[in-house]
This record gives sequence, C-alpha cells and structure tokens, in this order.
Amino acid sequence: MTELTRLTAAATAEAVAAGTVSAVDVTEAHLARIAAVDYRLHAFLQVDAEGALQAARAVDAARANGDRLGALAGVPLALKDVVVTKDLETTSGSAILKGWIPPYDATITRRLREAGVVILGKTNMDEFAMGSSTENSAFGPTHNPWDLARVPGGSSGGSSAAVAGFEAPLGIGTDTGGSIRQPAAVCGLVGAKPTYGGVSRYGLIAFSSSLDQAGPFARTVLDAALLHEVIAGHDPADSTSIDAPVPPVVAAARSGATGDLGGLTVGVVTELSGEGYQPGVTAAFADALTRLEAAGAKVAEVSCRHFGYALPAYYLIAPSEASSNLARFDGVRYGLRVGDDGTRTLEEVMALTREAGFGAEVKRRIILGTYALSSGYYAAYYGQAQKVRTLITRDFRAAFETCDVLVSPTTPTVAFPIGERADDPMAMYAADLCTLPASLAGLPALSVPCGLSEGLPVGLQVMAPALADDRIYRVAAALEASYDSPFIDEAPEL
Amino acid sequence: MTQTLSYDDVIARYEPVIGLETHVELGTASKMFCGCSTTFGAEPNTQTCPVCLGLPGSLPVTNAAAIEFTIRIGLALNCEIARWCRFARKNYFYPDMPKDFQISQYDEPLCTDGWLDVDVDGQTVRVEIERVHLEEDTGKTLHVGGATGRIHGATHSLVDYNRAGIPLVEVVTKPVAGIGSRAPQVAKAYVTELRDILRTLGVSDVRMEQGSLRCDVNTSLRPIAASALGTRTETKNVNSLRSVERAVRSEMLRQAELLDTGRRIVQETRHFQEDTGRSRPGRSKEEATDYRYFPEPDLVPLAPEPTWVDTIKASLPELPSARRRRIAGELGASDRDMIAMANTGVVDLVAVTVAAGASAAEARNWWMGHLAQQANATDVEPAALSITPEQVARVIALVADGTLSTGLARQVVDGVLETGHDPDRVIDERGLRTVTDAGTLTAAIDEAIAAHPDIADKVRGGKVAAAGVLVGAVMKATRGQADAASVRALLLDRLGTDGE
Repeated sequence: MTELTRLTAAATAEAVAAGTVSAVDVTEAHLARIAAVDYRLHAFLQVDAEGALQAARAVDAARANGDRLGALAGVPLALKDVVVTKDLETTSGSAILKGWIPPYDATITRRLREAGVVILGKTNMDEFAMGSSTENSAFGPTHNPWDLARVPGGSSGGSSAAVAGFEAPLGIGTDTGGSIRQPAAVCGLVGAKPTYGGVSRYGLIAFSSSLDQAGPFARTVLDAALLHEVIAGHDPADSTSIDAPVPPVVAAARSGATGDLGGLTVGVVTELSGEGYQPGVTAAFADALTRLEAAGAKVAEVSCRHFGYALPAYYLIAPSEASSNLARFDGVRYGLRVGDDGTRTLEEVMALTREAGFGAEVKRRIILGTYALSSGYYAAYYGQAQKVRTLITRDFRAAFETCDVLVSPTTPTVAFPIGERADDPMAMYAADLCTLPASLAGLPALSVPCGLSEGLPVGLQVMAPALADDRIYRVAAALEASYDSPFIDEAPEL
Repeated sequence: MTQTLSYDDVIARYEPVIGLETHVELGTASKMFCGCSTTFGAEPNTQTCPVCLGLPGSLPVTNAAAIEFTIRIGLALNCEIARWCRFARKNYFYPDMPKDFQISQYDEPLCTDGWLDVDVDGQTVRVEIERVHLEEDTGKTLHVGGATGRIHGATHSLVDYNRAGIPLVEVVTKPVAGIGSRAPQVAKAYVTELRDILRTLGVSDVRMEQGSLRCDVNTSLRPIAASALGTRTETKNVNSLRSVERAVRSEMLRQAELLDTGRRIVQETRHFQEDTGRSRPGRSKEEATDYRYFPEPDLVPLAPEPTWVDTIKASLPELPSARRRRIAGELGASDRDMIAMANTGVVDLVAVTVAAGASAAEARNWWMGHLAQQANATDVEPAALSITPEQVARVIALVADGTLSTGLARQVVDGVLETGHDPDRVIDERGLRTVTDAGTLTAAIDEAIAAHPDIADKVRGGKVAAAGVLVGAVMKATRGQADAASVRALLLDRLGTDGE
C-alpha cells in the first residue's frame, strides 16, 4: 500500500481512471501514512477521513457507472486551512476562529470537489497566512520532512510538509508575498502562484486582498500544472477574477518536459542575489542557469532597480489591508468571544476577544496597518507604498521587453531551524525577499527544485508576465527534466 | 434650557447656514454586493448570506442596477458622472456592520457638482449638490432590557442583518447660505423636492417612516455680515418632512441662545425628538473619528461607459419641476394656484382629472375644496382617497349635463369615497338622479301647498320670501333630487305669482 503514496498525481489519476486501483485504496493509503507520520510533522490541523473516503467512494462509483471522471478524480489533496470548507472547521491557523464551521464552500473547494479530488483534511499555517515558517500557527508549528528540527516554510507550511512527507501528492496553498513559493523551495517541491485574478479568491480567508492568490503544491511540475488547471478560471463571485481563458499550463508542462527551451530568453535579476544569499543556494542556482542554457535558452542579466523596495512596500500594503480584513473578528457573529459575562461593554468584549484570539505577529501587523492608514500618515506610508508598487510593475514590464521569463533563487537560504527567527521579525521577513516583487506586480511565479545545499532543498523561482502562467511551467519542466532523478527521492524516510 | 429668544431675534442677529445629507435606500431587488432580497419587514436575519454577513472568505460583487439608479439620481440632480471612480472602505467597529468596515465612497464619488432648484413662497432657491455616492447600509441593532431602547441600561442587544448590504445612496449638499429666515422652509422644500424626484425616478420607495429616506440636517449660525462659517451641528433622526423644518428652526434657536450668552457651539451629532421638537446631544465630533479610508481592494474600479450614461440620461422620466411647469401651462394656473395645489398635494390629481375631460376650474375646485376637506377629515393624503381623478371627472361631467345638481354631486362623491364604486353605480344604487319629470314635481308641489295652506296664501298675497318653506318641503319630499331653482319657478307659477 505504501507505494500508492509515492505515486504522482498524474499517475494516480490515470490508475484510478483505468481501474487498476480504486480511489478508496489510494485514500486509505494516504490516511494510513498520515496516521503513521503526522504526529511528527504536524502538517494537518484536521484530518477528515470520513469526508475523504466518501469522496473516494463517489469517484469509484462514478467510474463503475461509466461516468466521465474529473481530471484529478481520486487524487488526495492537502488543503490549507485558509480555504473555506462547508461543514468542516476552518480556522486560518487562528484561535479566534477555533470551532468555526463554515456554511459554504470556497470556489476552489467546489472546483476541487467537482474534479473528483479527495480532500484529506485541512493543513497548518501561520495564523491568517502571516509568516514564513508556520511557527505563527495558534496550534503549534509544523516540521520540515527533510529535517524535523527545521521549518517547512510558510505560511503554507502545512501543505508543503504534507506533500513533501508523502501524506498527499497534491496540496493547496495561498501566496500573498511568497507563501507558496518559499515553502515549496524549502521542502523540495513545485509550488506556483498564478497570475493575480487567475484563481478565485472567493472563500479564501483574506489576509491582503490585492495580493492573495491560491495555487498548487506538487512533487512534479506536471502535477502542479494539472492542479492549477482544476482551480483556475473566471469566477463571477470574485470581482477581481480575470475573465480570460486559463493559460495552457498543462500543455506547457508537457512541452517543457522535452527539455527544449530554444528561442526563450531567461533574465537573471541582478538585485535578487549577492549578500545574504547562502553559498549553497547561489551555487545550486548557478548550476540551474547552465542547465537552462543547455536546454537552448538564452540567459541574460537584467536589472530591476526598484526590487529592493519591495519589502518595505509590501510590509505597508499587506498589513494595511489586513488591518481592515481582520476587523470582522470581533466576537459578535462567530468564533471566539471573551469576557461576555454581563458586566462588560461591547467594546470591552471586542477588545478582550481580539486580545485573546490573535497571536503576536497578527497583532503586530494589525497595528502596523492601522498606523499606515491613519489620517495624516496615509500618503506617506500606504500612498507611497502604492507608488513603489507601480515602479516595481514598470521594472517588470521593462524586463519583459527583452526577456520571456525572469529567474532568481526562490529564497536566500534553505530551511532554517525552528525558533531561529521567531523573535526577529526582520530576519523572518527577509525569507520573502525574492518572492515579493512578483506578488506586488500580480505576476505568475513558481518555485521548482534546483538542487540541495547541505542536504536541504534549494528552489529556483521563475516569473512571467501576467496571464503567461504557461511560461513558468514550461521553464520549470525543462529544468526538472535536466536532473537525473527527482530531489524529493533524497528526502529522509520519516 | 428655556427659550426666551424669538425666531425674529435670531434672524436679526444671525445668518443660518444649512447643509443636508440624505440617505436613500435604493429599491433594487437585491442587495448592493450579493443576491439577497431587499424586501422590507421580513423575519430578522432571513435575508442574509455569507457576503452580507461578512463571513470569512466572502467577497462583494457590485449590483449593476444600483450603479444605474445612482447615475439616474446624479443626472436628475444635474451632476457630473465620474468616468472612473472607486469604492473605499470606511473602517470602524460596530456590531451592526458585519465586516466592521463599510464599503462606501470617499474621495472618488460617482456623481459630483450638481444642483437642485426648490420653490419657497414662490421664490426659487438653488441648492448646490456636492456629491451623490453609493454605499452599503448597515444592519439594525435592537437594545433590549433598558427602559429607553438605548444602549445604556440595556441587558443585551440583538442585531438584524436583513438591512445590511442594502444599497444606500447619500446625497450631500454644499452649505446653503443667504436664505435667512427661510432656512427651515428651504430645508423642508429641498427634502420634499428630492423625495419627489426619487419617487419619479423609481429608484426608491422613499418612505421616511420606514427609514428608506433618512435625513441629517447640518445647521450653523454666523453673525450677520460675518464670512466664516460658524460651528455646525448635525441633527439625525429627522423622520418626517415636517421634522426637517422643525429641526432646523429649533437648532437655530438653541445655537442663538448659546451664542448670545457667550458660550460656544460644540461640534456634535444631535438626535431630534419628534415629541418635543427639540434635539438631544449625541456623539461629539470634536475628536474626529479616523475612518482610515482606503480604496476597496476587493472591487475593481467603476468606469461607467459614457454611452451608457447617455442612454440613462435619455430614459429619464419627466421630473417634478418640469411636470409642474407643464401642468401649470395646461391648467392655465398661476404660480399662486400651483403653490396652493402643491401644498395640498393635488397637482397631479388635478392634472389627471383635466386629462380625463374635466375643466381646469372644476377639477381644481373639487380637489382643493370638498375632496381636500374629506382627506383632511380622515387624515390621509388626497391621493390616498378612494376616488380616482377619472371618477371625479365623471361627476363633473354629470353636473355639466344637468344629470346631477351640485348638492347631489357631493352625495355621489361621498358615496364613491365610502364604497369605492363608480359614480354611475352610486347614482343608481342610491337613486341620486335629478328629478326633472314635471308630473312628479307638480304632484310634490301640490302636496306642499296643501300641507301649508297659510304659507301658500302669504305667497299668493305677494310675500314671495315665504316660498322658501314650500321649496324646502318639495326638496325634502324628493330627497334633494330636484333642482331647487326649477322647483321655485314651478311653485310660484302654480300660485300665480311671478316672484318679482
């Protein structure tokens, strides 16, 4: 049974469709794996064995009935707890939402169900997706399957640990400033942030509305593309959703896998290198560039001189929006309520609830954002940050006049030890240095494994113009094909 | 505070400046950002969904009908319609606001810089409109357990989110100055005219008592000839047209009293009380709330196509002021007549009665006279009487052709008001036709003469004035269906007197 957990999503879907294995068997194998290893990883906040088996049985019944199966029918998936699931507790990693049972499904939850994907449960995350290590979860940290003493990245660290730990072949994360790409990089996975507006945000518990985007985790580029296609596409329930055809990411992953990048120009962003980048990361990245050249791509250096301002701009825009998005957690309608003993005023109950229900990082960002939006400071902070955002978007536009894609290391370092940066927010924020520009510009970006440094995974980030998501898959697939064997095979047994 | 100042004292020393902020609940079928129904009066919290409850993960989607309605209002108020604008979040904590922010518009409203002319005592006052913007309404909080229904003393509060997310348009005037003693009337005339426009546009049911039209009145005073504006107060809870006028007047008196005694006006929100006609202080605005407005990132900018705006403009109905001008022309009515009819609320009724074939003079007499009295007696608007302008026109026609006398006509009208039946049916049912049959009348006259031989003798003897008693007897016998003048002529003829 264990070998079922080593299969790719593509192989699993094929086997289920062919009837060589049942969706129930696949699901049971993964539930068994979770039961065996998750006490060490803590990837899941909640395992929905009953719901998963029910979904698997429905797939098997549909197959037996001769019905047409969805693209990923019978494939198990780990769903980040920021995505709303009907009748299944959704907390966004926060004590303030503990026990909240949503009455509705997010659009991507619905699309996953319709595609026959088996949702195994909800995964751990930094509270309200704020963090880069999953240590900010109200429910305890998640451990990196490559080294249990290290973080799995964040904020989608539960999903990245689950996929890297073979608890699921697929995972869903959300990426606001790098929360899919950075955990993918440090867990040796493929992780993609689609073009902003490419995937519906309806039912994602908002952190920063103008930046949040859901995307796939997988152990192969093709698997990530298959999941991307299932969740992407216009949704009338999200006003910022783009009404355009889904970029042909699966076809691009297949064509990239032939290893031919002839005619493609890859820009290496000067500003995303140098001081602060670990030598092992720099070395793996440099090796990857030679492989891209070998595949026929032209590799050129390109400067994006405003990228250095991405971090301060991001830490004004995201907290500003968050301070407003998180206002609704006031104890009135759902979730935690503290101090309602008949002696306190409404304001006191709201304050006590938020004091008890939010963790330190969330409070830090709410205060930061509230300040940045305050009358008299708005122009200097929020307004200025929006201007920087425009400049970064222009840098990208200029770079894409000469390059088809841009690349950089996904993160300056490999996975760091749990606890190392917990008391140093600036060091923690630096983990997102390379991923922030594409977030601010709303562009598609993906992390693909490009080597190991001291036995830990290193990721390469590919960025493309808006709605050219297919390009990031093509380049990633070509790079993936250049290695003799998948890096994930080198992950230690748990 | 006892008021010793007279209104004339106030006007002699101060110039009032007013401003009005009017909130209008739009009559769209669904809410501003979700598909929930907007029907008034449903069981609490039955017209809600994840979006209007602000559940985690939910997102707003703009209701195109609400945008169209707002543009209609903007155009009717002579505003510029923005080519590009955005919604903004207004952040503050309150339990009747599901998201603890309100989606509104801040520095980029949909409509700006318009005006509305209102008539006060036959003079036109131009009220300049600063902006018309669109936002979502909040829920309703009910404080339970206290004596007053206010939050103080309440044991708990209940929130109904049915109203949360209903599209709300805010129409904000610029400060209106230079109107002196007429400030209260201008305020009332403005809200009245705005209400009539909104009703004509079909964008709202504009019921002040149900809260679909809510008015906040800003009032300040400055010494005569001063140029700087005085400190203003905002009076809320003004729930009727009459209260708009009363609120301005009472606030002018209150502020003048303070200023006269060297005290200062506190910038604050005040709550108008219908029973006393005074206001009580509410939230102080000295420390301005910081709403931390920023562009709503969950919505894309709003960019109404100019061609669409032109289409809406072309489809606007005839507005009340134009209609009044047209009707005045059709009725040949003077300004004074029009004002009188407007004050009585019968302009349209008269116009429709005329359109149904009645003469302007008769139509006006009926609606301003007997029907206005009947409406007044039963405390309803004339338009709410159970008689249609067409039915009134029919009665007028029946009088003109002699079928009804004036007295009978009133009985017929009252019959219609009682039963709602058509005039002809009332006439048949009650036998109210004028008796013109000579035989019937002669018999009744002979009976009257026989019953009052002494009076008949006096008339024969030349005392014609005594004939009234005999005429009365005949009218009584015919139950008023005879024409009194004809009866009198026939009677005198019968008694051999020519009456002169």
